[in-house]
Amino acid sequence: MNWFRQLFTRNRIYSDLSEEIEQHLTEKVEALMDSGMSRPQAEQAARREFGNVARVSERGREIWMWPRVESVLADIGSAIRKLRKSPGFTFTAIVTLALGIGANVVVFSVLNGLILRPLDVPQPENLFQVVHGNGKGAWTSQSYRDYLDYRDRDLSFTGLMAYQMQRVGLSVGKSNTRSWGYAASGNYFDVLGLKPTLGRFFHATDEHGPASVPFIVLSYDFWQRQFHASPDVLGQTIQLNQHPFTIIAIAPEGFHGTDDFFWPDYWFPLLNAAQVTGSDDLPFRDHYSFDVMGRLKPGVTPHQATDSLNALATQMAKEDRKDDGLSATVIQAGPAGKTDNPMKKALLGIMLLAVLVLLAACVNLASIFGARAADLSGELAIRMAIGCSRWHILRQLLTEAVLISIAGGIAGTFFARLLLSALSHWQAFGDFPTHFLISPDHRVYFLAMGLSIVCGFVFGLIPARQIWNTNVLQTIKTGTLQSEAFRGFAVRDILLVVQIAVCTLLVTASLVAVRGMRRSLQVPLGFQPHNLTLVQADLRMAGYTGEQSVPLLKRMIGAASAIPGVTAAAGADSVPFQGGGGWFVYRWGTTEFLPSHMAFGADTYLISPGYLQTAGTRLMAGRDFTWHDDKSSPGVAIINETFAHKLFGNPSAIGQRFMLWASAKYEVVGVVEDGKYGSLVEDPQPAMFFPVTQGPGGFLPTGAVVIVRSQLSQDQITAQLRNAVTGIEPNVPYTIAQWDDAIDRSLIPARAATVVLSIMGMLAAMLAITGIFGMASYSVSKRLKEQGIRIALGAQHLQVMRSTLGRPVILLLIGSVIGLLLGVFTSSLMSHLVAYATPRDPLILAGVLFTMLLLGLLACFIPARRTLAIDPAQLLRE
Amino acid sequence: MMVLQSLQRRPMHGYALVQHIKQRSNELLQVEEGSLYPALQRLLKEGQVKAEWEISLSNRRVRTYRITPAGKKHLEREISSFERMLEGITLVLSPSES
Repeated sequence: MNWFRQLFTRNRIYSDLSEEIEQHLTEKVEALMDSGMSRPQAEQAARREFGNVARVSERGREIWMWPRVESVLADIGSAIRKLRKSPGFTFTAIVTLALGIGANVVVFSVLNGLILRPLDVPQPENLFQVVHGNGKGAWTSQSYRDYLDYRDRDLSFTGLMAYQMQRVGLSVGKSNTRSWGYAASGNYFDVLGLKPTLGRFFHATDEHGPASVPFIVLSYDFWQRQFHASPDVLGQTIQLNQHPFTIIAIAPEGFHGTDDFFWPDYWFPLLNAAQVTGSDDLPFRDHYSFDVMGRLKPGVTPHQATDSLNALATQMAKEDRKDDGLSATVIQAGPAGKTDNPMKKALLGIMLLAVLVLLAACVNLASIFGARAADLSGELAIRMAIGCSRWHILRQLLTEAVLISIAGGIAGTFFARLLLSALSHWQAFGDFPTHFLISPDHRVYFLAMGLSIVCGFVFGLIPARQIWNTNVLQTIKTGTLQSEAFRGFAVRDILLVVQIAVCTLLVTASLVAVRGMRRSLQVPLGFQPHNLTLVQADLRMAGYTGEQSVPLLKRMIGAASAIPGVTAAAGADSVPFQGGGGWFVYRWGTTEFLPSHMAFGADTYLISPGYLQTAGTRLMAGRDFTWHDDKSSPGVAIINETFAHKLFGNPSAIGQRFMLWASAKYEVVGVVEDGKYGSLVEDPQPAMFFPVTQGPGGFLPTGAVVIVRSQLSQDQITAQLRNAVTGIEPNVPYTIAQWDDAIDRSLIPARAATVVLSIMGMLAAMLAITGIFGMASYSVSKRLKEQGIRIALGAQHLQVMRSTLGRPVILLLIGSVIGLLLGVFTSSLMSHLVAYATPRDPLILAGVLFTMLLLGLLACFIPARRTLAIDPAQLLRE
Repeated sequence: MMVLQSLQRRPMHGYALVQHIKQRSNELLQVEEGSLYPALQRLLKEGQVKAEWEISLSNRRVRTYRITPAGKKHLEREISSFERMLEGITLVLSPSES
């Protein structure tokens, strides 16, 4: 840091030096006077012997300078002065870059936050997840029994923990709210290596069989929110679905569980999960409902651990046939580990497009810079003529470019930050506690800085070539750079083609996205969500069992139907787009219910009579359920067409039978139309419906959804419904929502992609217009005189236009075709972004061509008018 | 080298240093007095000498230079390499015996 200190102490050094020289001279003069000289003589002699004072002190000062840095500083100073002289140019350049860099920062932050970010635990790089199968599917969870075997019999891990997400009614005092937390194994916190903010965590040693650990650990945020960070909460009791748990610890600040975006409010031991939820997953090898993570021993690679677990899985399958075909893969825990994440591909695709926008911006700036350099060519040539090196001029131009790009980068990052902080506070899924940590971190800032500097070099160096080849003499004579742009195919033309191709590609992408969006809004859902209101409740949260729930649901339906203005009401345990589960379906006559023997898994809904009619789902054949289809009557089911086709082939499925397990046998009494159940873009899924009074295998539901069709306004129906249901059972937390909104929410990612693509498409279009416009008007002004002569000699307007605007138009065509081809070749990439549309769609192709043509027309309009307005007489006189 | 050697005898200020070098060389070395100062600045920057304002015997405010340990080491190295060079030159210049 020595040089750094010198920067500040330098003035003192200089004054010391001057004073010293002064002293020297005085002393010398006095000495000479002592030897008998007069004062003037002595002074003269002293100076003569000393030499040139100014030169000596200058040389003394030079020693302390850092010549390179200082000349760079001087360059920066002169660049700033120059840029301030042309504010319009500077502003345009900075805004262009700010848009380009800002877009990149936003996309990269999202990418960073959603995909590259490690989990908020100590040593996240050594936390691995054991996922089901080969790690490619969406299915990651394990069964508890398999987890125990992995944990106790495999030697690759120092510790292996398991957890599952639970939605639970949480009561503190009197209030009962819907909340989300983890049911976690006893060693959960120890494996992660966390220390509590307060109290002590539960440990593996606390586990003594089912329901033996009535302890709960609160998240830091939840503690702040619900208990205002009071330290007295330790030892207090809170109720989960009416079962008491003692608060024993507060998790560390900044720890938000081990899922990608879901932030649990609390952790309770999974041995107590059955007590809370009423359904026990622990004894079953085929209930895959736990996520398993652990720390590898030092020196063990994930690959070795995978091999070792699979050897164990083969062994386990021999011991218990439920484990037939079991396999596992060890991957990095957190978003970074999932290699086959479709969102990752989509985001990478968008990132690529964002980089292309920036490239287009750079290309644009390069041509502006080139034009500017040409304008300044007279000045530059004179400077070269009086001995300024080319290198020096180049350095100055580069300094200007980098300065602009850094300013653009800072502005872009600033706006990106504003946008991102709005995005990170966005709750995408209603009251489900998701958080997207996408505010920029050091990596993002690093990227922004890097991008700015690289951009500066890219658009600074292209015009630099021009300077390098300047012929000084020629330039001084003619006053302009002899650019070779109009002989052969120049760099400028290639730049323009690249820019237009990028723009075409982006326009294609945004058109595809918009069309995909429109299409997916028109997809048949298999029900009519418009004007349907949902009242949702988990009755377990008020301590209800399945047996008690059904009569309550019946009363709720009755109360809802009684509201004036309600045309229909019905009930279910869950409804499409609002969660819900599924069961494995087995063919009739199956005796061994092993996962390897199943026909397929089907979405399962338990519905009341009248549900199909209320929801607007068409019954294709057979009958609806009645309240008499209950536990005392034979099992009946309604299936959708895909189910019927998959299990029974094409002939009428009515009267056919299937099984879920040995005691769960069903006869098909109805077939309904196919629909969408989890997302608008899914392939046709098999689905089945059972009477809410029968349940699958006699398990009656505790989830309750009342669906209500009415013409009342949203506020009215919501208020009336809330009155009605709380009148029946006030202790249950209800959520009331429009079904439409719930479906809309599932479209958020696609909507976001569409908006992002459209914005980038527009940016690219703007850049392309300015690019073509610049090219065309440059070409017109360059050849104004020549055209004047041609018109005077009798050339037609059309001929003149052709010769001036021919080139930009040809470039436009070439660029568009290249961009369109690129679009078609990258269609597989685009299909990750949006469903239901590809660039191969003729309508889209036509749309893109039309857009590009329009852009071209817009950009060439003014230059063309200028050509037509040429008055040869006046021109020649000039 | 000469400056460092002189400063090794005793700390001096600029004027004294010039006089000292002139005397020691029996006025053989006639240099501009001013050229000493850039040399001193270079040594200062390289940390081979340090300077402080003091009051001299003649009751003047002068800037006195002292040699630092780094300067001493540098001087030793310089002297030894200079001696080697001198030795080489002497050998070449001496009338050969063959």
